[in-house]
Amino acid sequence: MSESIAHHDEHRDDEASKLGIWLFIFTELLFFGGLFITYAVYRHAHPQAFHMAAQQLDVAVGTINTVILLISSMTIAMATTSIQKKDKRTTLILIGITLVLALVFLVNKYFEWSAKIDHGIWPGSPLLEELGKGDTLFFGLYFFMTGLHALHIIIGMILIIVIFVRVRKDKISFDNFQLLENGGLYWHLVDLIWIFLFPLFYLIT
Amino acid sequence: MSDTTHHIVPYRTYALILLLLLVLTSTSVAVTQIELTRWATIVALLLASTKSAIVLAIFMHLKFDQTVYKVMAIFVVLVITAVIILTFLDYGFR
Repeated sequence: MSESIAHHDEHRDDEASKLGIWLFIFTELLFFGGLFITYAVYRHAHPQAFHMAAQQLDVAVGTINTVILLISSMTIAMATTSIQKKDKRTTLILIGITLVLALVFLVNKYFEWSAKIDHGIWPGSPLLEELGKGDTLFFGLYFFMTGLHALHIIIGMILIIVIFVRVRKDKISFDNFQLLENGGLYWHLVDLIWIFLFPLFYLIT
Repeated sequence: MSDTTHHIVPYRTYALILLLLLVLTSTSVAVTQIELTRWATIVALLLASTKSAIVLAIFMHLKFDQTVYKVMAIFVVLVITAVIILTFLDYGFR
């Protein structure tokens, strides 16, 4: 159906574009999968230290950030509905909310990391060296995995800003919104990774 | 083929899915806070897997997309599961 509306002067293959982002998502899942396995093995090797260390993470902050990401996933998903309904205003509002929520997530992360660093916990800190191998591994993985996840949030925000501008300029519209859908898929991936980071680091002690 | 037509998901569906995800999140927080020791870990991970399946199916449109995406996603999940099992067969019996 969409074939008949496609313009003659442009080369577009939405299906291939979507396949591309999915292949990228799969490599990302395998990448983080490897890190989760590393976490599981070290947890298995140092159960007591991981138990004590995990209790130092703030469940409330973790829960708030989970809720923020889940809501932002919903708003960007809703944007693919509103664009197809030719509702540009709602689309821009929904993308805007997603961006604000992403920023709030990062602000929370900033305070969370600052608190840890203030307590003398950062990769390679003297305190961790004193506490021993298990704590060093737990907090090493904590900083690396949540940091890598935060990097994905920042990249996602840049992508969503590009999408916002393109919707504004009508370069993304009801019959040409694959970039919005791909951006959404990437954003859901970021959410998906957090769904596992949250119980593993904050909940299970 | 009508495969290229886009399925427009209603706002309501997304809102209900978010509600469900929030309920599952609070359940996993509650379960792990009341110290059920070993079971808490298993329950929390099962809830996380359920949540991610819901995100993949609805938010990421796998439910409405062509079969090829579902097949690929299941394959990736199986690969990760296989590596986890193999790793723990190794570490568990050392």
